[in-house]
Amino acid sequence: MSLERSLALFFLTVSIIYGYTAFFVIDGNLPPFAKMSPVWPSSFPKILASMGVVIGFFLVLSKPSPNTKTELDLQQLQSYSWFPAFALLGMMVAYALLLRPMGFIVSTFSFLVIGAMVLGERKLLLLSIVSVIGSGGIWYLVQEVLGIYLRPWPWFLSGGF
Amino acid sequence: MIDGLLIGLSTALSLKMILMVVAGCLIGTFIGMLPGLGPMSIIAIMIPVAISIGDPAGAIILLAGVYYGAIFGGSTSSILINAPGVAGTVATSFDGYPMARAGKAGKALTIAAISSFCGGTIGAILLMIFAPVLASVALLFHSAEYFALMVVGLSAIAAFSSNGQVSKALAMTLLGLMLATIGESALYNMPRFTYGVLNLQSGIGFITLAMAMFALPEAIFLILDPARTKPKSEQENAVKDLRISKEEAKTIAPVIARQSFLGFFIGVLPGAGATIASFLGYAVERNLSTKEEQKEFGNGSIKGLAAPETANNAACTGSFVPLLTLGIPGSGTTAILLGALIALNVTPGPRLMVDQPEIFWSVIISMYIGNLVLLVLNLPLIPYIAKILTVPRSYLIPFILFFTLMGVYIGQNNAAELLILIGLGVMACIFRVAGYPLAPLLIGFILGPMLENNFSRSIQLYDGIGFLWQRPMTGALLAVAIILVLLPTIRAFLSRRRNTI
Repeated sequence: MSLERSLALFFLTVSIIYGYTAFFVIDGNLPPFAKMSPVWPSSFPKILASMGVVIGFFLVLSKPSPNTKTELDLQQLQSYSWFPAFALLGMMVAYALLLRPMGFIVSTFSFLVIGAMVLGERKLLLLSIVSVIGSGGIWYLVQEVLGIYLRPWPWFLSGGF
Repeated sequence: MIDGLLIGLSTALSLKMILMVVAGCLIGTFIGMLPGLGPMSIIAIMIPVAISIGDPAGAIILLAGVYYGAIFGGSTSSILINAPGVAGTVATSFDGYPMARAGKAGKALTIAAISSFCGGTIGAILLMIFAPVLASVALLFHSAEYFALMVVGLSAIAAFSSNGQVSKALAMTLLGLMLATIGESALYNMPRFTYGVLNLQSGIGFITLAMAMFALPEAIFLILDPARTKPKSEQENAVKDLRISKEEAKTIAPVIARQSFLGFFIGVLPGAGATIASFLGYAVERNLSTKEEQKEFGNGSIKGLAAPETANNAACTGSFVPLLTLGIPGSGTTAILLGALIALNVTPGPRLMVDQPEIFWSVIISMYIGNLVLLVLNLPLIPYIAKILTVPRSYLIPFILFFTLMGVYIGQNNAAELLILIGLGVMACIFRVAGYPLAPLLIGFILGPMLENNFSRSIQLYDGIGFLWQRPMTGALLAVAIILVLLPTIRAFLSRRRNTI
């Protein structure tokens, strides 16, 4: 099955699940007085779900368009740099999980240095200087100038989680 | 009016006030470039500084400078790294980013700066002339008309439905509308579609979705295919080239003129604002263009860049009409400005022009000065700002990813939102590979809550869907929306038929 049609099927499935929730789940929690109202929290989602199912079926059953412009050449998949892409995605997940416990400056510095190295940068000294300025500068701007709290250092230096 | 203008000029043209505008514009531009910090947050942050000035005219002039600076800063990140930090600059990235990728970053930023300047300045002239009259017209718009206006705004998706992609664009719009319903509903605050996940209770943030749909996939594709990055020498020449040719100036001049008016009048309507104006401006200009020009929309059209940039700036100025004449804030940003004015013992409303003319007129004069200072400051800065693109990719990509994560984290202060961003970003990459347009998804997501709220309110008011045909203005707006959506398909059908004959 082509990717285009698989996504059409995905859209149809999402619409069906969304529709099931709109028609059979949401209204179960509605307070009795709200049932007197001509419009319920599920009204708009019900319309969306109905339209979604119709368009989803249309997409699944219609022929994939021949002149679709795509970002990647699906015949040449092996020619793309998959390792750095997946490595950076993994690092983003790690950044999200470690941002609070490790603190902003340590997490950001590590993310920038390792990210650049994965992409082929080898000038470690320059990279470290840029990353220190980048992470420290943004922390100073956000926390000290704008007053939005960002814990700079890891939990063991800042008195626990 | 002349007396008022003179009062405004004498207040706003002192050295202290000009320094305020310059400082405001610079602060707004640089902080506005950070995704996640839109005009609303920057103005909120600057309020204590403005209040500490003590002089209401000075404070409002500083905040107006910050406001215009932040809007321009937001456009810069949309154009250079495809990271629209606020909803009003999403439409800017549709053609601004393809221009930057084609090596015309300098030109794109210049067009954005000139369009913003013209939109803001023409808007200020219209504000001066029409403010009192328009305030009463804006009140004639009820929820039914707002609902229809949102539907007209949604018609911007037609720009992404060429080559038989109508059903894909519609599917993506619906997906955006569905995502917008996740979280607590406006009616009875009931949680919907959260499936027990606590982090979904407050819904998906706009910044999260905008970054996931635009900035993150772009960075991933840059990693996957290093050939997408142009050679350094080619880029350096391109960012230096700010000139707009005579033909290009001729092309965008009528767009700027039309969108200044359209944007301003949309901005006057409380709640409509810069976002609707920019989407609508984009859709209108695409429909007015020739068939050849239409193909360029979404691929780096200068009309497609000038239209939303002009419209959103004119709309920002228009949103001051209900604020200054009725005391009604028409947008989140003007609501914060209202708070600042009240803190400074100024109560906007019908009597402001009579009781405190120096405030009323200095706000209007500060708009002219703010726009002019922004243009004078930013045009020389554009080559330096655009140089961001000549940074080696091994540095640029981790920084783009970091700013994407940062924008989301600052906006939500929740690390779980970062995981949602990554998940949605991967999904967006897959959709892009399959040729599904992502802009309609974001348009649906942005307009969804306003669409649903006005729809629900209209049904409650009219006890059913009778408002669709009972109110002539609603019917007319819906007819315009249908025409805007169907026009490309009808045109394609007619040209195919002509070719067959």
